[in-house]
Amino acid sequence: MRGRLIFLLPLCLFLVLAIYFAVGLTKDPKIIPSALIDKPAPEFNLPPITGGTGPGFSTADLKKGTVSVVNVFASWCVPCRAEHPEINKLAKMGIVPVYGLNYKDQPQDALAWLQKLGNSYTAIGADESGRVGIDWGVYGVPETFIIDGTGRIRFKHVGPIVGDKLETVILPMIRQIQAGGQ
Amino acid sequence: MTAELGHFALILALFVAIAQATLPLVGAHRGHAGWMAMARPAALMQFLLVAVAFGCLTHLYITSDFSVLNVVQNSHTDKPLIYKISGVWGNHEGSMLLWVLILALFGSAVAAFGANLPPSLRARVLSIQSLIAVGFYLFILLTSNPFERLIPAPVNGNDLNPLLQDPGLAFHPPMLYLGYVGFSMAFSFAIAALIEGRVDAAWARWVRPWTLAAWCFLTAGIGLGSWWAYYELGWGGWWYWDPVENASFMPWLAGTALLHSATVVEKRDTLKGWTILLAIITFSMSLLGTFLVRSGVLTSVHAFATDPTRGVFILVLLIIVIGGSLALYAWRGPQLISTGLFQPISREGGLLFNNLVMATATAVVLLGTLYPLLLDAIDGGKVSVGPPFFNAVFIPIMLPMIAVMAVGPLLNWKRGDWRAAVARLWPAMVAALLAAIAAWALVTDGPLLGIIGMALAAWLGIGTLVELSERIRLGREPLARSVSRLTRQPRAAWGMTLGHLGLAVTIAGMTGAGAWVKESIQVMAPGDTATLAGYEFRFDGASTGQGPNYATTMGKFTVSKDGGRAIVLTPEKRVYNVSGTPTTEAGIETMMSGDIYAVIGDQGTAPNGKPGFVTRLYFNPLVGWMWGGLLIMITGGALSLTDRRHRIGAPASSQRSAAAQAAGAD
Repeated sequence: MRGRLIFLLPLCLFLVLAIYFAVGLTKDPKIIPSALIDKPAPEFNLPPITGGTGPGFSTADLKKGTVSVVNVFASWCVPCRAEHPEINKLAKMGIVPVYGLNYKDQPQDALAWLQKLGNSYTAIGADESGRVGIDWGVYGVPETFIIDGTGRIRFKHVGPIVGDKLETVILPMIRQIQAGGQ
Repeated sequence: MTAELGHFALILALFVAIAQATLPLVGAHRGHAGWMAMARPAALMQFLLVAVAFGCLTHLYITSDFSVLNVVQNSHTDKPLIYKISGVWGNHEGSMLLWVLILALFGSAVAAFGANLPPSLRARVLSIQSLIAVGFYLFILLTSNPFERLIPAPVNGNDLNPLLQDPGLAFHPPMLYLGYVGFSMAFSFAIAALIEGRVDAAWARWVRPWTLAAWCFLTAGIGLGSWWAYYELGWGGWWYWDPVENASFMPWLAGTALLHSATVVEKRDTLKGWTILLAIITFSMSLLGTFLVRSGVLTSVHAFATDPTRGVFILVLLIIVIGGSLALYAWRGPQLISTGLFQPISREGGLLFNNLVMATATAVVLLGTLYPLLLDAIDGGKVSVGPPFFNAVFIPIMLPMIAVMAVGPLLNWKRGDWRAAVARLWPAMVAALLAAIAAWALVTDGPLLGIIGMALAAWLGIGTLVELSERIRLGREPLARSVSRLTRQPRAAWGMTLGHLGLAVTIAGMTGAGAWVKESIQVMAPGDTATLAGYEFRFDGASTGQGPNYATTMGKFTVSKDGGRAIVLTPEKRVYNVSGTPTTEAGIETMMSGDIYAVIGDQGTAPNGKPGFVTRLYFNPLVGWMWGGLLIMITGGALSLTDRRHRIGAPASSQRSAAAQAAGAD
């Protein structure tokens, strides 16, 4: 009998390990992006893109009582280029202000990029050093956040909004947060 | 169209795999020859289909088809052709496709070369192999489809991570996967043997070459990986105990143990249950490595884009494959009867000792790698177990094994005489003593480990040569007869000799580079000199240039020792156009005594107020020996693979038993 039990030992050890893995999967060892969900957006005050027009972008803009969208973009980021028409479309709908966070970009590149692809952001903050991006937990551009009227982050989308993502993910989420009351 | 064709071929491969995973298994159980026979064409078909899928993805990369998301994310038109091709597996989705391609390759190899395997064993092996494949096809198709389209297509791609745009890393993943996935053969054979309830010498003779081939590839993969880390990360180091490195090292340790215990099964008909368990563990470690790298449960310098759904999928796969096989082992394992008995002091005893040490070492690396995860799971906070843990635990475990390694081959099977063996090892003892004294005299301020390491390397190296000279009866018979014996040594014996010799050389390299490395970091203006380990480094300035897809700053150093020959080093700092990521290309001159190594960094102000560059200079003693030793080990493995016994495969006895079995089934 003892001989048989030894053959069971590897299985038991593995099952214990598997339980740990299962628990481990529910935790993110990196900066947890969801940690910011339902937390107030980090404090920041960014100038506009150097040489560009329009106001800068700061935390105060997100606390005006209306739901808003923050889109992190950069001219060097190809998926941003892919999603930009969708961002323009969302902004033109007029249901929410869409703010841009220009992440680690050269001012002249960013301006040329916006000139070419259209600028429909309500305001853009230039985060040249990427300092604000770190606070927001940005780990790849593009990323899009939905903020409620009190300035709390309610939703985060990682990657480009392409295909039917605007209709199936972003817009329903905006409506839901708008309907949910602030 | 190409993308859809590849996707379709992959789906077809899944269905072929499902058929191959079930019908031959049932056929083997019921003794249905026709069902068993379908395993071979199915395995070949599966390989063909995956090869088509892989070919399609490669074609998409070469033609820079940016309507495919995977190509957009990892390629760029300016990228040189070789990196367009290596970009195929330089990402999660593509590397999984490479994984199943290699899995199918091994399956088809059994189908093609397994003519002399007993039909039921062959059917079961191919079914198990295919069962694993089904899991991975589903994983790719459901969570990681490389053929996903992106509409509208962007004008250009995001480029491959610049760190991966390197010749060393271009071939690192295929080598590594040939190793990882190669161990699936040993696994499939182990499961098939558990189902059949029979492990014999013929089985071991079949498993050994597959394990050996996988081991050679894995060794090459690990070697390439550490070589890449050495010259590309620019820190002069070659092993960081990073989770991803450990993920490749654990199967290597377990696989090395398996290689040795399979010898015992083949020669002495014992250690069967243990060998089967090792085969399961070795492949489990490969799967575990995949899980750790892809799921995002651990952070690593080269983590893939992680996705929790992928993590859950792989975990379920892991539980089914590893849990299922260990359950089967718990059920059927006790029925494997070993007949060979042996004394603790014997060749078997030595190999068992090797196995215990290797298994312990695997467990230690596993524990160190998973410790942050385990602690996090019980809310113990986020910690990282770094090189200090591994160096403090792993090295002491390995030291006694190296010491025994020289003695083991001199012991007889069944019952050995260790006194006689040690007595014959006197040249090795003298060599070890001399090496220790030399190490102590040359590097007076070095750590104790440096002296121990050198002594052990000499002990093992000379000990291995002593064993060889015993085998050819050098000095006890006329020289001509010894030479003729030498030329008639079986290639498998050469494999052992070269394997152990290579390890001795590698240990010397690791000791030198690990214990005696010299480094200095400073800001140097053009014309400045710095002295390190007796070498005078003169910085001649830096020039800028343009590569195919990067801008480069190339520094120039002229290095000389005692007014001798001047060596020019040209380290580069590259900034890749698309991602803006900087990489370092170290300037290295390799010599027998070590590498002189220079890295150029950011601009800075030299102590004398002139503008200059941050430079890091290293002298890495003997570091080239490390990779040289690996090459010797791989050569030994490859030589052993060409041994006549392996080529011919199962001997007559298994043919007889196969015939007897077939007769019994009728």
